[in-house]
Amino acid sequence: MNAPGPVIRNPVRPAFDKASRDDTVIVSIGPSHPATHGTIQIFAELDGERILRADVHCGYLHRGFEKECEDHTWHNLIPYVDRLNYCSPLINDFAYCEAVEKLMGIEITRRAVVLRTLLSEYSRLCDHITCIAASLMELGAMTAFLYLVMIRDYMYEHIADLTGARVTHSYGRIGGLARDLPEGWLKRLEEILVQSDDFLGRVHGLVDRNRIFIDRLRDVGVISQSDALSYGYTGPILRSTGLPVDLRKDTPYLAYAELDFEVPVGIKGDNYDRYYVRMCEIDESIHMIRQCVDLLEPGPLNVDDRRCVFPEKTRVYDEIESLINHFKIVMEGPRVPAGEVYSAHEGPNGELGFYLVSTGGGTPWKVHCRAPSFVHMGGAHRMLEGGQLADLVPTFGMINMIGGECDR
Amino acid sequence: MTTYGADILDRVKERFGQAGAPVEHAILVLAFAPGEIGAAARALRDEFGFELLLDVTAVDWPDRDPRFDVVWHFYATRNRVRVRVKTAVALSDPVVPSLTALYGSAAIMERECHDMYGIGFEGNADLRPILLYEGFVGHPLRKDYPKRQEQPLVPYREEAKP
Repeated sequence: MNAPGPVIRNPVRPAFDKASRDDTVIVSIGPSHPATHGTIQIFAELDGERILRADVHCGYLHRGFEKECEDHTWHNLIPYVDRLNYCSPLINDFAYCEAVEKLMGIEITRRAVVLRTLLSEYSRLCDHITCIAASLMELGAMTAFLYLVMIRDYMYEHIADLTGARVTHSYGRIGGLARDLPEGWLKRLEEILVQSDDFLGRVHGLVDRNRIFIDRLRDVGVISQSDALSYGYTGPILRSTGLPVDLRKDTPYLAYAELDFEVPVGIKGDNYDRYYVRMCEIDESIHMIRQCVDLLEPGPLNVDDRRCVFPEKTRVYDEIESLINHFKIVMEGPRVPAGEVYSAHEGPNGELGFYLVSTGGGTPWKVHCRAPSFVHMGGAHRMLEGGQLADLVPTFGMINMIGGECDR
Repeated sequence: MTTYGADILDRVKERFGQAGAPVEHAILVLAFAPGEIGAAARALRDEFGFELLLDVTAVDWPDRDPRFDVVWHFYATRNRVRVRVKTAVALSDPVVPSLTALYGSAAIMERECHDMYGIGFEGNADLRPILLYEGFVGHPLRKDYPKRQEQPLVPYREEAKP
């Protein structure tokens, strides 16, 4: 070991290392534990099976996202943005692109607006399905898991037809989108929606009034509305406490102002409410996707702005001006006017914000991602304390911590 | 984009005597001295309903004195307005008051900001590393952080002795 500095005994220092009583014990759960999806470490003081205190540590998936962004052009960091919340990468793409577009003063085309809205909802659908499928599986509901993951796989392959990748799509572009819909894409979309309606109905039937499931989720992992606000909770967790806060409704962006949808809320902020809010949001998303399909009209996909939008490939090969334009955008990056912007979208887990600072160059001065999962970890101990050790699994599943965006 | 609750923002400006405070991309930007942050946040929460502290971060301007901007984002869920609060602190004394007494979410976000920029938060006793690890040297999001620097490694845990 010839690395500099002192020898590190342990990468984390728990908030407490002595038991508060002589009949309790401190256990370390994770960071690599099969029942907590994501590398996260929890120190818990246990009185029998009951958690007295919990200390949640994240950071095992930290890969220097924000530092890396400072060395890339505004365009080139889009693939990194994808890898934040890898269950719904398109929403990350669009939230980031919109922040840059605000700085540049770009208004994207009508077709791009509607398509981004449609794909955001499609992504939210995938994310919620993933969350619910995984949480149900952790409670032993294998059938529901397989139903949902099958549907999700149809969706992944369908999105891959459009974007070229199953999970990390890199599909957003500053000023528009990477490419237009392929032939027959909307027809297949409707087929998948019909099928998912069917399978979601079966999951409702299997789970909603299932005694085992209710016993595991009702009154478990409760968080009060005032605590949820204090701990900066947003998204389904805040809504499960009964507060209808949803950026799509409150400060509509993209085409949300034109869509007809409800904001489902829970009653008491327990795991069952979070499950139900997500299931209702899935229905709303399907409804919104169908509305977006109706709103979709032919038209240009990208804005006509030579500062950021790549020229057509055929022109790059034919004209020197387009060749230079292409070269400049790739090598130097789009020149984004100096300034700072905070732009937030309603992510599947809560408010996904990008705080960008530009000094006028082709690379950002600062890219900061306000990741809902990370903020949720700050209050997770409140949901765990007082509960059973086994309740940790459904509570964590319903928080839906995504390591990629939590640890960045 | 529509600015919601413009009258609220006017009242906020008036309350803090910052009539000229700019509204950038629908967010009111307020600047304070580091010492005023606690009182300002309390007024924002209690008088104007900014219940959500969304984000705490910093911006490094190495050629400027004071060098760091510490940035907070607040959101009022009922009035649907946003405020960005900024303060500048110098490298020699990079300390701002902690908001942990007002907002539970401040605790974890201040830890991240401390990790990344070395900003101290007076009143937050728990600034253990959160995204980094014990023994990490330096603050990676500072502009003068040597990117090729190797960090001390955590050795493999020894086999448990019988």
